Amino acid sequence: MDYEILRLIWWALLGVLLIGIAVMDGFDYGTAILLPFVAKKDIERRIVINTVGPVWEGNQVWLILGAGAIFAAWPAIYAAAFSGFYLAMFLVLASLIFRPVGFKFRGKLADPRWRSFWDWALFVGGLVPALIFGVAFGNLFVGVPFGFDTDLRLHEDITLLSLLNPFALLAGLISVAMIVLHGATWLALKADDPIKSRAKKILPFAALAFFVLFTVGGWWVGRLDGLRIVSDVAANGPSNPLFKTVARIPGGWLQNYAQHPAFWLAPLLAYLGAAVATWAAAKGKALLGWIASALVPAGVIATAGLSLFPFMMPSSSNPDMSLTVWDASSSKLTLEIMLVCVIIFLPLILIYTSWAYKIMRGEVTESSITSDSNSNY
Amino acid sequence: MDVVDLSRLQFAVTALYHFLFVPLTLGLAVLLGIMETVYVATGRAIWRDLVKFWGVLFGINFAMGVATGITMEFQFGTNWAYYSHYVGDIFGAPLAIEGMMAFFLEATFVGLFFFGWNRMGKYAHLFCTWMVALGTNLSAIWILIANGWMQYPVGSTFNAETMRMEVTNFADVVFNPVAQAKFVHTISAGYVTGSIFVLAVSAYYLLRRRHVELAKRSLTVAACFGLIASLGAVVMGDESGYSMGKHQKMKVAAIEAEWDTQKAPASFTLIGLPSVKDRATHYKIEIPYMLGIIATRSLDQQVTGINDLEQQAKLRIKSGMIAYQALEKLKADRGNTALKATLDAHVADLGYALLLKRIRPDVANATPAEIAAAAASTIPNVPVLFWAFRIMVGLGFFFILLFGFSYWVTLNKQHESYRWYLWVALFSLPLPWISSELGWTVAEYGRQPWVIEGVLPTALGASSTTAGNVLFSLIGFFLFYSTLLVADLYLLAKYIRLGPEGALGHRVAAPAQLAAE
Repeated sequence: MDYEILRLIWWALLGVLLIGIAVMDGFDYGTAILLPFVAKKDIERRIVINTVGPVWEGNQVWLILGAGAIFAAWPAIYAAAFSGFYLAMFLVLASLIFRPVGFKFRGKLADPRWRSFWDWALFVGGLVPALIFGVAFGNLFVGVPFGFDTDLRLHEDITLLSLLNPFALLAGLISVAMIVLHGATWLALKADDPIKSRAKKILPFAALAFFVLFTVGGWWVGRLDGLRIVSDVAANGPSNPLFKTVARIPGGWLQNYAQHPAFWLAPLLAYLGAAVATWAAAKGKALLGWIASALVPAGVIATAGLSLFPFMMPSSSNPDMSLTVWDASSSKLTLEIMLVCVIIFLPLILIYTSWAYKIMRGEVTESSITSDSNSNY
Repeated sequence: MDVVDLSRLQFAVTALYHFLFVPLTLGLAVLLGIMETVYVATGRAIWRDLVKFWGVLFGINFAMGVATGITMEFQFGTNWAYYSHYVGDIFGAPLAIEGMMAFFLEATFVGLFFFGWNRMGKYAHLFCTWMVALGTNLSAIWILIANGWMQYPVGSTFNAETMRMEVTNFADVVFNPVAQAKFVHTISAGYVTGSIFVLAVSAYYLLRRRHVELAKRSLTVAACFGLIASLGAVVMGDESGYSMGKHQKMKVAAIEAEWDTQKAPASFTLIGLPSVKDRATHYKIEIPYMLGIIATRSLDQQVTGINDLEQQAKLRIKSGMIAYQALEKLKADRGNTALKATLDAHVADLGYALLLKRIRPDVANATPAEIAAAAASTIPNVPVLFWAFRIMVGLGFFFILLFGFSYWVTLNKQHESYRWYLWVALFSLPLPWISSELGWTVAEYGRQPWVIEGVLPTALGASSTTAGNVLFSLIGFFLFYSTLLVADLYLLAKYIRLGPEGALGHRVAAPAQLAAE
């Protein structure tokens, strides 16, 4: 297969993985963020936690695989993004570490202070990744100050504070809003009353917040500087970001939308998902609501990816050295091998994951927990 | 300390913490599968309760393994950015495949293992348990394929256009002999850890005369499985020694503190006092022929000593400097075929020239003294390797004795007859962790100064971040992990003391009610 096509496929697969993280890990995060607000008594909190109890571990692998796949297919981006966003990554990791132990340790002691501590740890473990992944995405539009020497050793001038610029923070809030919405539709599906009705009350507010923030984000992107490759594009060329020239274009991140009107379907999908999720929850169609809210991150991530294409990690200090689809990938052979692996394993993963959800179907109720108290979290 | 030292320390701390939980997960997962198989085959409810009880302890440990594992998947990028760029084309693939093939399997079915008891039939649940065990073992294969490539970088070549190593033959990477030997050695060590954990806890119950029926059955399973595993660990450790003798000569020489090349077949230094200053090992007790046999599987091949290897390194540095110079010129003159040919002729030694980078940035102008210093830097820390290796191997042989005796005891149904034996079994609890951590030390600390043997020096692999950042994350991880470890040990101890009935919240089936429900 052509190197250019392989790179395009892997760009799309990266999108699929990011959507997988946002959809599957996302409702766990959303559930954890909602935990202190929809559940007050211990048994209520246990219901919330046990809605994701049997599945969160599998969901989290989407994130682990996301990191592994970026490493394998886009090593330059793995290196630049993870080391450039050093302290932000540390915050994400530290809060993610709370999750496995939070789920497992919380129910092991009855002391209310112990349980309350882990409730807040789970809350942090949901909120911080949701926020920071959004902030990281926002910074791709603003550009990050980095470059390379001739050995392709990265040099960067990124601080935690510089990452927290207004547009990136807005992107972080968009992320939190869609994740909370997705968590709320999950609780409306899997928990019983009173948690279900509390989640349904929060749900329209999350959808509305998403509507407003995402629209403001779209308007704001039009006012940012975008990038365009102005030298010849060697789509089959070596993965080396030093061989191209890039120009800054005001409003340039909307160029792709002007050229390909079909791309507008992506943001439309996000809006539609949020609207249908709200409508379905009000009508009591909980499963439809959850599926609709899963379309929101899918639409948002597609919107961002299509807007940046072919850029993947734009540099603000050395635009010529920005990482793109054409110069940041693995070798052709590695992309081929990894594609074969995806074709073999992704369907298998989807099959047994669906089976697991089927086994664990049904609402989590007070009696379902107390009947087998020691097996549940 | 600079970014490199701090990043190494952080990697060591996070990897050693992670490796406190991984071997137990590996071993217990298989033991749970065996116990549940007995339950399904015999229909005796006590075996199901056994699985559930050990499952509680497995779950507490598993959570810590997952928590500390997340960091590992991200740390190559955060702290070792140049490493990630330089070898990501090869090293990233096994990590991604590990996610697809192993982590999803393990993590999806572990949820069903805990939550699925009342939601599916016996056979379906047994399937889930074995899928967890399969997932953990597959994960070990892929991470050791990645690690094996760091020890013995096969199937790849340097690409001057992209300034990195790229894969040329993926099958060579997967079937790397170093990786295969390491895989069997590591999972055997994991099985030993799981077995000793079950053995020690069961011995504790028998000493206290509590939960006797459960403890006797657990002890039997642990004894049989542990005996096979401990033999496997030692045999495959020896296989590792052989593949190391072929591919990592400096590591073998350092482990043996073999300063000068001996006449074949080399004798094995059982014990002694290696002195770095004198470049000699004092007060040696030697076993004739033994090292030659382990490292070369022959009586006539030499095991090269440290001093000779250092001289060879000097030659490789000089050859690497030619490659390095050609590469520097090639950057400005991309199409020049003559330069490309020079680079290709010496590219195998390019990594050795990179050793000079820490001494002087303009590698091409290195003086003979600087070349000698770079060659000397290829010698790892001999006393640490010498002792770590000997303690690990000593423990390995102790495990065989322990499990051998355990097997004999269970065979004669004398589980409770020898109280001294039960005490020994109980106090053996920390030993597999000590040998696992020492094994990691021999493998990874023994690889220094290389992060990829012969290809990339560790010092060049680090990120271009600040020492302050790394110090902050290092302290953060250390404090965070240590706090969690305290909570983890507290919970394990609490649930072991509670015993099966307290932990499961219901009466454990009495052995008399043998029939299934």
